[in-house]
Amino acid sequence: MPEVSIFTQRFEVRGRDFTSAGRASTAVKEILKEIGIPPATVRRAAIAAYEAEMNVVLYARRGTLELQVSPAEIRLLVQDEGDGIPDIELAMQEGYSTASEEIREMGFGAGMGLPNIRKNSDEFRIESVVGQGTALDIRIRL
Amino acid sequence: MGEELRSVRVEAERCRGRMACLRACPTEAIRVRNGRAAILEDRCIDCGECVRACPNGAIQPLTESFRDFARFRYTVALPSPALYGQFRREILPGAILRALTRIGFDDASDLAWAGEAVSVAIDEYLAEYRGPLPLISPFCPAVVRLVQARFPALVDQLVPIDSPMEIAAREVKLHKAAHLGLRIEEIGVIYVTPCPAKIVAVEFPPRKRVSYLDGAIAIADLYQPLLAALARESEPVGEVQTVHGLGLAWPVLGGQAACLRTEDTLAVGGLREVARILEDVENGKLSELQYLECHACPQGCCSGPLTVDNPYFARSKILHLVSRYGRQPSRDREQIRALYRQGYFALPGRFPPQPFPPLDTDIPRAIEKRSRMKEILEALPRIDCGACGAPTCRSFAEDVVQGRAALEDCAVLTAEQARRHRHTALAEGIQR
Ligand code: SF4
Ligand code: SF4
Repeated sequence: MPEVSIFTQRFEVRGRDFTSAGRASTAVKEILKEIGIPPATVRRAAIAAYEAEMNVVLYARRGTLELQVSPAEIRLLVQDEGDGIPDIELAMQEGYSTASEEIREMGFGAGMGLPNIRKNSDEFRIESVVGQGTALDIRIRL
Repeated sequence: MGEELRSVRVEAERCRGRMACLRACPTEAIRVRNGRAAILEDRCIDCGECVRACPNGAIQPLTESFRDFARFRYTVALPSPALYGQFRREILPGAILRALTRIGFDDASDLAWAGEAVSVAIDEYLAEYRGPLPLISPFCPAVVRLVQARFPALVDQLVPIDSPMEIAAREVKLHKAAHLGLRIEEIGVIYVTPCPAKIVAVEFPPRKRVSYLDGAIAIADLYQPLLAALARESEPVGEVQTVHGLGLAWPVLGGQAACLRTEDTLAVGGLREVARILEDVENGKLSELQYLECHACPQGCCSGPLTVDNPYFARSKILHLVSRYGRQPSRDREQIRALYRQGYFALPGRFPPQPFPPLDTDIPRAIEKRSRMKEILEALPRIDCGACGAPTCRSFAEDVVQGRAALEDCAVLTAEQARRHRHTALAEGIQR
């Protein structure tokens, strides 16, 4: 069987750190462009990565975002340590948000994050344990 | 890309390898090899930052001189309104246009009116546009190249409307030809440019076969002769009826946006800031904005790399002119709208995406190279010292993977460390 090459890189994301928010997704985008992923696919991955990163920044203490690129797909694995999501089905609805007033005032937390990730991915899995954290598995086919 | 010429070149005899350009270039297009700067052509977007940065004047724009215009029977200078901000406050556009005719042009024509007309056309386009927002201004050629190269997914958000300089050049040409009884090709319309990017736009007009402009000459190159001509005038303060208020604001940051009907605009200057905003747009943000005005130069064209005066002072002088000439529209809006509907302002085709070349055209191989690049980068000190001749450790790692540099070129990594990396599997990969 021919060996499949996979590129992997993991980024740390700090909760509530708005000055570096967006860095991981910018780096993800940069790497995808260097690899020569078609622009439209990069844009989908960019939106998914950005929303996922912002979810960590807004709602968790810390987390990691791991990018995997294989010839078949782009995969984003996001794990955070945070409050978790009690009702995932509800959270997946557009406009549903538990963001605090403070976060909304900064222009975030409009409740589009998770639905946006789903819209821009081909496969999307989410698991969450209340009081512990949330894990996202996002796949975009190439 | 490829066959297109780039607008700047390094004069090797003048280059002392001082690396100012290396850090200034926003696209990491410069390398210093054997003490001399070299430009990686397919990464250059003509912004001219390197021209600005070089302490030895070794990076020169490819502008023309009067000798090149001898082929025309009649020449008309069409200055960027940025030129109006380059002289003493009391010197008005009329005097500057007249001075242009004293230093060698047969005539000189103002193009601020075209900025105003183009603004109306943008209003019309915005009103009927239904695609993703914000729309992005296409008038700074360096920004257009940046979008094509680094944000190719956004090319269709560039407004497909021709630039004021092209609109004005077309009018001037047709008018002069009829008036003087000359053939179109006997008239040379020469842009007086604040930057190298516009030179490329004249040579390779976006989305069109030919430009109505026949050449470009740098503001900086005309500055001395213009000063002398202005000093000789007994009456240096000239009012010219054909210079209009609204479009005069175009060369300052925010000037385009201010001419539009919508207030959902944002003006951004400086390529690094422009890139940051475009990152946001690419991430799906800022869609509440209608129009994003982007300039490669921090204060807009009045601070172009081929201008002379202090950018802030130039800006203030342009704003002074705007208030002096008033903000009243100078043309009948309805007439401009009718022209818009006839396609007078339209750019044919689309802006093609032209991404920077990837690590490899074959995706599996590109993935492998990117993995090697990451390993190399992790071994490097990541202090971006520049001693290797690349602007950052990241770009050096890329050069190594692409065979453009050797790991030993790193001044910080000891010979021993470099050797060790060579013997790992990773190094085998590099040699392949
Ligand atoms: S013109 Fe701009 S992009 Fe080109 S080499 Fe100079 S600084 Fe870099
Ligand atoms: S902002 Fe104006 S002067 Fe500067 S590069 Fe762009 S078009 Fe040229």
